[in-house]
Amino acid sequence: MKKLIQNIGKPFKKAADTLRKFHIGSKVLKGLVILASTLTFAVLIFLIAYILIKGIPHLSPKLFSLKYTTENVSMLPAIINTLIMTVCALIVAVPLGIFTAIYLVEYAKKGNKIVGLIRITAETLSGIPSIVYGLFGMLFFVTYLKWGYSILAGAATLAIMVLPLIMRTAEEALLSVPDTYREGSFGVGAGKLRTVFRVVIPSAMPGILSGVILAIGRIVGETAALIYTAGTVADVASNLLSSGRTLAIHMYVLSSEGLYTNQAYATAVVLLVFVLLINFMSSAIAKKFTSK
Amino acid sequence: MRKYKEKIMGGVFFVCAITSILAVLLICIFLFANGIPAMGKVGLFKFLAGTTWAPTDNPASFGIFPMILGSIYVTAGAVIIGVPIGILTSVFMSMYCPKPLYKILKPATELLAGIPSIVYGFFGLVVLVPFVKTVFGGNGNSILTASILLGIMILPTIIGVSESALRSVPEQYYEGSLALGATKERSIFAVIIPAARSGILAGIILGVGRAIGETMAVIMVAGNQARMPAGLLKGIRTLTSNIVIEMGYAADLHREVLIATGVVLFVFILIINLACSIIKSRRKD
Repeated sequence: MKKLIQNIGKPFKKAADTLRKFHIGSKVLKGLVILASTLTFAVLIFLIAYILIKGIPHLSPKLFSLKYTTENVSMLPAIINTLIMTVCALIVAVPLGIFTAIYLVEYAKKGNKIVGLIRITAETLSGIPSIVYGLFGMLFFVTYLKWGYSILAGAATLAIMVLPLIMRTAEEALLSVPDTYREGSFGVGAGKLRTVFRVVIPSAMPGILSGVILAIGRIVGETAALIYTAGTVADVASNLLSSGRTLAIHMYVLSSEGLYTNQAYATAVVLLVFVLLINFMSSAIAKKFTSK
Repeated sequence: MRKYKEKIMGGVFFVCAITSILAVLLICIFLFANGIPAMGKVGLFKFLAGTTWAPTDNPASFGIFPMILGSIYVTAGAVIIGVPIGILTSVFMSMYCPKPLYKILKPATELLAGIPSIVYGFFGLVVLVPFVKTVFGGNGNSILTASILLGIMILPTIIGVSESALRSVPEQYYEGSLALGATKERSIFAVIIPAARSGILAGIILGVGRAIGETMAVIMVAGNQARMPAGLLKGIRTLTSNIVIEMGYAADLHREVLIATGVVLFVFILIINLACSIIKSRRKD
């Protein structure tokens, strides 16, 4: 009887051994890992290729006329507005972000309660969705401060939105400057302020810069925060208190109207190429930083 | 003179540093002050649990329950699609990827994060909507389409956070498991992933935050019908799209109710952020 059971068991044991040798489960898992990552990057490549291939043929000179009409649906005014918007938002956000980082890294004493509070609020800010920023901008800048739908209201909203990003990257950059730099500067008699501006900031510059570039990318791609703060007027804003649509809003209006799909493709190409450039620049600067 | 300058600049840095606190305070004050009275006027229960949204009817009804469900459904769909793919990709990035390939793939995931949501939305409109229409039926603008698109959009968040969580697991865990005779895959899935689970969880929660707050991409593919969810292949409206679609022409109570919708969204996000920071602080202990 015992022998019989052993004999019956034998083929099963053999099968189990072969299975273990091939590790079916492991093979399946490895297959899944490779499948999932192929899928991820295939989606990215497909998205970029699809938009470039469909969009580039529609990039006509007409789309870059200085004046917007319903006939040429030119995106040049929107591009100019985007530039103005980016500059305005950065003028506010970059000094604020860098100075905050300086305070956190160079000035604040350890265990300071305010530092914890600043970190928590910055984290909260970075998690708030852009539509909530849009609502706040509409209530505060547009209505309460009576700026109306304007480039200024849009830029102020965006400045708050990108502040945590600039702040965090600047903080990381400042923290990575070795303390010996500071000590050396103090040693030759420089004050704290001079040390910060002449020694610490220059050596942290690449890190700070790559953060600023990422912020530009977010500003250029933003839509939901701008619809009800900067408005959707299609012409170049004549001054900071007049409304003007950025390129991303331009694209939203074109694609939601459904009449200008080809032009929307072309706008998508411009946006996408811009994002590619931004990412390339940011990682190139970061790489330079780390190889030093 | 120099001491004076130092003092002044120290003050300037401090003032700049507290602007982020000020910003959060201002956002809370303005949203709550403009949104909460509307909840009172409609009635909190009628507002949150009302199943009809008909702001232009007479009498108007302002129930945002359909939109709350809409947001939850598309977010859940995005998690179901995006989380497994994201985690498996992060396993590939941290455990399998050869270095030369990694140098290309890492910037690629960052690019995925940098693509504007309006471009994703347009891509969804011209590719995913027809795809879902032909493969699954319906008119293509559906919960399913929005879930797929959001699933793609939360990938970079999940990949980035889980990858760094996987990399922070001590090498000895992996080597110990290999030494006990486990295969590479078994060591990864039975030892490393469990050890990195709080970091992975934080990534998932961040992804949920992104999905629930996403506006423009969802508007373009979800159909935006303000009614109770009727099926996977039927359209839906989320909290975020409700605000963008109707704010343009809303007035009086309608407008206030839309701001109150924003308040509900804001509270959701605050809860998600809180959950995330609790997980993070637990990990440090």
